[in-house]
Amino acid sequence: MPNVPEWLRRHPRLAFGLLAVLLAVLPFIVGAGLGRGWVRVLDFALLYAMLALGLNIVVGYAGLLDLGYIAFYALGAYLFAWLSSPQFGLHLPFWLVLPSGALLAGGFGVLLGAPTLRLRGDYLAIVTLGFGEIVRIFMNNLDAPVNITNGPQGINLIDPISIGGVSLGVRHTILGVHVFPPTFYYYLFLFFTLFTILVAMRLQDSRIGRAWAAIREDEVAAAAMGIDTRSVKLLAFAMGASFGGLAGGLFAAFQGFISPESFNLMESVMILCMIVLGGMGNIPGVILGAVLLTVLPEALRYLGAWQRATLGHVVVDPNDLRMLLFGLAMVAMMLFRPAGLLPSRQRKREFRAEDGVAGQEAASLYDAQA
Amino acid sequence: MSLLEVKDLKVAYGGIRAVRGIDLAIDEGELVCLIGANGAGKSSVLKGLMGLVHHGGEVRFAGARLNGLPTHAIAAKGMALVPEGRGIFARLSVAENLDMGAYTRRDAGQVRLDLNRVYDLFPRLAERRAQLAGTLSGGEQQMLALGRAIMAKPRLMLLDEPSMGLAPLVVRKIYRTIVDIASEGATILLVEQNANLALQVSRRGYVMESGSVALTGASQVLAADPMVKAAYLGE
Repeated sequence: MPNVPEWLRRHPRLAFGLLAVLLAVLPFIVGAGLGRGWVRVLDFALLYAMLALGLNIVVGYAGLLDLGYIAFYALGAYLFAWLSSPQFGLHLPFWLVLPSGALLAGGFGVLLGAPTLRLRGDYLAIVTLGFGEIVRIFMNNLDAPVNITNGPQGINLIDPISIGGVSLGVRHTILGVHVFPPTFYYYLFLFFTLFTILVAMRLQDSRIGRAWAAIREDEVAAAAMGIDTRSVKLLAFAMGASFGGLAGGLFAAFQGFISPESFNLMESVMILCMIVLGGMGNIPGVILGAVLLTVLPEALRYLGAWQRATLGHVVVDPNDLRMLLFGLAMVAMMLFRPAGLLPSRQRKREFRAEDGVAGQEAASLYDAQA
Repeated sequence: MSLLEVKDLKVAYGGIRAVRGIDLAIDEGELVCLIGANGAGKSSVLKGLMGLVHHGGEVRFAGARLNGLPTHAIAAKGMALVPEGRGIFARLSVAENLDMGAYTRRDAGQVRLDLNRVYDLFPRLAERRAQLAGTLSGGEQQMLALGRAIMAKPRLMLLDEPSMGLAPLVVRKIYRTIVDIASEGATILLVEQNANLALQVSRRGYVMESGSVALTGASQVLAADPMVKAAYLGE
């Protein structure tokens, strides 16, 4: 049997073409094979891929541990809800609302970044965690004295995205085939995910990307190299947050309903886990992490039905099992693949090279003698 | 006029006055050392010059006042610091570290020439160019920190304790390179605890004692001074 991965590596164009075709027909295959519910799961996988790529800019590139990232998702979602739902009677078009959401989130990214410029590591994590909670609690309580967020009930009847007068929120029949909203949103999300990937790739290889890598390693040395550490860090916060805001807007339009409970701390942690599991700093790794951690919990739901079929009743609630397996997976990963499933080249080198230092010390002493 | 002119530089951390008003002057092409015991305030002087700590007094560099400028702006004016403990970017490769040294430079062609020169000075770095800097030995990391500063093509290089924590043979190799680049016309302010070594390679020196300059003069004269001998050269 021919070696398929090797063959694809030698024909990158063909591999790319195959991938494109696969992505194009995926919702139909999944819809036909697993049911329409799974197309929704695909949509969420893409949303989380966008979020993980955005957070990866802050955590993976610039090394700023952000535990409140979901707040930017919330801000994007709420702005979308405010500007196109009956809440304020506004129904602005999505091409206006989505960028506004990204901009608002980016602005809040700077707002979070500015006072925390001097913080690093654990301290930064605690402040960002607080920020995430503050935003959620505000959304929960801003229904009085003036009703802005509708409190814990959340905002309902958010306009679906409509392109050229065609709403993505209803079923259409194209060439005799019924196409459902999740499929339309799949293509929309795919487009935005590809856009996010493109930006993330360009950023990584840019001057800014190199500056982020430098401040991640040693901030004082980075400043001594002529890097404006303040603005470069703020830019990381702003860029990361903008993608969060964009994804939030898409989420609101797709769901048609948002409430504060969608934006709790667990979500921030989950997105961070996607990055760590997949491989921090590496774009394919981050996407893989996002897809796995979206799809696997859904797949676990089958265990409930399976238990009922074989044992007659549900012994372990799949929801509990989810967290258990999740924890086990994390522990196993730290033991066997500490750099992530698809680590970046750098981290791979780092984990491989750890024990070679002593030998080199001797070698360089020898060199100095020569 | 001197390249660097420092008047009454003061650095304090809270209530602790680390530098109590010192004057320094360095001409273009000079290798000047700043020696003194642990805690005399030598590193604080460099941090003050580089804008890494809040400081009083006046710092003039190439005719311009540096006071109040952020570190990156001072770096862009042509001052390069090789920090104490080297400050290399551990999880970037050797080549990427050197590349960061040239961050503010726009003359790509000249940068490539300088890179070759660094690799000529330190063949060890050329061999290990794809390796992560954090996995280098201490001596190699010091070479990398020096090489990275050379890549910035600075008008003034500030070296903070380049001999610290290194084996004597490695120190000798580092110092040979410092002398080499100085003889090619680089301007260097060398901060050292190893007074013997620093006085051997430099032309002039300043001796710091608890935040003030106690003595200054030609390095040969300082090396012969009975007080310096007693306090720093162990004679």
